[in-house]
Amino acid sequence: MSAIEHLPEIDNGLLRFLTCGSVDDGKSTLIGRLLYDTKTILADTLHAITRTSERRGLEAVDLSLLTDGLQAEREQGITIDVAYRYFTTGRRKYIIADAPGHEQYTRNMFTAASTANLAIILIDARKGVLTQTRRHSYLAHLLGIPHIVVAINKMDLVGFNQATYERIRNEYREFAAALGIGDVAFIPMSALDGDMIVDRGARLDWYQGPTLLDMLEDAPGAHSERDEAFRFPVQFVCRPQRCGNPKLHDYRGFMGRVESGEIAVGDEVVVLPSGKRTRIKAIEIYGHSLPRAIPEQSVTLLLEDEVDVSRGDMVVRAEELCPRAPEPGTVSTRTALVTRRIEAMLCWLDETPLDPQRKYLIRQTTRETRAVIESIVYRLDINSLLQKPAERLEMNDIARVCFRLAQPLCVDTYVANRSTGAFIIIDETTNSTVGAGMIL
Amino acid sequence: MSTLALQQRATLSHLDWLEAESIHILREVAGQCANPTLLFSGGKDSLVLLRLAEKAFRPGRFPFPLLNIDTGHNYDEVIDFRDSRACQLNERLIVRCVEDSMRRGTVVLKSPSESRNKHQSVTLLEAIAEFGFDCCIGGARRDEEKARAKERIFSFRDEFGQWDPKNQRPELWDLFNARVHKGENIRAFPISNWTELDVWQYIEREKLALPSIYFAHKRQVVRKNGLLQPVTELTPARAGDVVEELTVRFRTVGDITCTAPVLSDADTVARIIEETATTTITERGETRLDDQTSEASMEQRKKEGYF
Repeated sequence: MSAIEHLPEIDNGLLRFLTCGSVDDGKSTLIGRLLYDTKTILADTLHAITRTSERRGLEAVDLSLLTDGLQAEREQGITIDVAYRYFTTGRRKYIIADAPGHEQYTRNMFTAASTANLAIILIDARKGVLTQTRRHSYLAHLLGIPHIVVAINKMDLVGFNQATYERIRNEYREFAAALGIGDVAFIPMSALDGDMIVDRGARLDWYQGPTLLDMLEDAPGAHSERDEAFRFPVQFVCRPQRCGNPKLHDYRGFMGRVESGEIAVGDEVVVLPSGKRTRIKAIEIYGHSLPRAIPEQSVTLLLEDEVDVSRGDMVVRAEELCPRAPEPGTVSTRTALVTRRIEAMLCWLDETPLDPQRKYLIRQTTRETRAVIESIVYRLDINSLLQKPAERLEMNDIARVCFRLAQPLCVDTYVANRSTGAFIIIDETTNSTVGAGMIL
Repeated sequence: MSTLALQQRATLSHLDWLEAESIHILREVAGQCANPTLLFSGGKDSLVLLRLAEKAFRPGRFPFPLLNIDTGHNYDEVIDFRDSRACQLNERLIVRCVEDSMRRGTVVLKSPSESRNKHQSVTLLEAIAEFGFDCCIGGARRDEEKARAKERIFSFRDEFGQWDPKNQRPELWDLFNARVHKGENIRAFPISNWTELDVWQYIEREKLALPSIYFAHKRQVVRKNGLLQPVTELTPARAGDVVEELTVRFRTVGDITCTAPVLSDADTVARIIEETATTTITERGETRLDDQTSEASMEQRKKEGYF
């Protein structure tokens, strides 16, 4: 059997998605099934897990063995860390972030969710909506994942009963609405047997919707659903004046990636934080000139005027720079703010708790600044979603925090822009990444 | 905005997206690290890295030298290719040899025929210390192996070069943290999210030249444990071996003693893509004699500082 029956003719780009569920929800089995039914698993891998399944006395091949990677995990029989898996259908390439579902691993789910455009939330049909279902859903929503698929799994264990499915769906809808989660799709399935994953199977004929794979094939990609403001954090300045080519003597290329929006030659731009205005003279990549650049494209910008630009600066379109904060209660996607104070939802990732007396380093886009904690507004109990006061933050805590910054940052709200609204916190003594935040 | 207009919003194809992400990662290395290097073997993954570095930094020079750890057990075609490619690019190539580490006594082989592959780690760490590199860019991919699937794009190594899988830095969004103290090191993997098929599709699209042994050629081999062992000066046929001349190609090129070719008559990149898309065995399972030893062998080597 071939991995891909036909080489890609239509390239529907790439979709990053996340699977969340606890150890017993069949998450690893689901991923194994997706890889297996799309012919991504190759013979030697299958052979290896078949042998392991036999050694453990299992009757059928345990597809979940495909995703447990590290020696320590095999010893303990649990998943410790986020793993990334890949498959392609010929129409689209997929990157799965596989996050462990343990309570203490909120930080792993945070990590996996940060780059995903769709989340599959697994529910065991026998158990229905659990505390951890709410937790996963809240985190997926908090991390700005625009599409959620609720997979009601293990339908084989409830006799493929439609009423059970509908009861769980209605219960989920109720609390999703309360959280403000918009786009939710539901699907009944049996990952173990493969019903409704890639093939429909014969036992869920009352369900008329698409299979899981069809949902993935048709899910909108990142940056495809709304107009976004152009944001270009400068990563590196190219000045090849010593290369011996006199034509390049005055060359100053500003290298980076279009984090959102589009830019065309001739557009008027503003460089933040300085506020200097100029126009785009050229957009280049590897000797080729482009008329415009689109989201997630890595390019080099050349500017009309000799303005001072360095790593950490951000180029935005003049017409998409709004000097005022948006009206309360509205979400503006076109407001870049240069600020020395940010308020954010934060997840603490490190074993050493957050100490409000200390200074930390914040990295946002290509910029770094020292920061002090002005206040911890509240800590969020991730299970009850109640707000509680807090003096410090432990690993896996989520809290609303205000920071004062030594240097200004050029930010959007996270809701408006998942790139310019996100930051990490670094502890300078260990250089470790200890926190992650989303600007409000 | 109408649905039609939404669908017309331009997005990148999967290869363009992967390319753009890799360029972004390379530029982050250049922006964050004081003294990085790019590990270049002459193999296909590192040749892809070089094209990505050209796209990231031209018309400028690369903001790092190229570094090759030579086991002394490489195919001549690959070494020649390595040298000519570095020369064409007009970039600096540093070569450090496992044999020099053996002379210094920092690498001791259990027997003269032992594979030098895992001993590359020692020579690599010596080169890192010699030049004070704070980051090594490498061409590893997460689809290669279970332990790699969980490694970060910016992977922290302590001053002994050790990878601690249970204590990795969280990596969120595309905010990479390359900060290290003196003596510590980051390994950056710009093509983490590529699969073998992506690599071949990119080679085809970019018309990248490769060492000839990647393409079908006639070679004397001995069949051993389901793999083809090439007959070379280093790996001569033993008494009783049946030497056959078969049409083969290499899917990976590494140390002669631990890299096996596969039966294939694919003599163009397009035909290799076809074979890769329809293959039934993983790249490492089919060709790496060293990864079969134990299920955790890659994880173990990485903990010891392996690339």
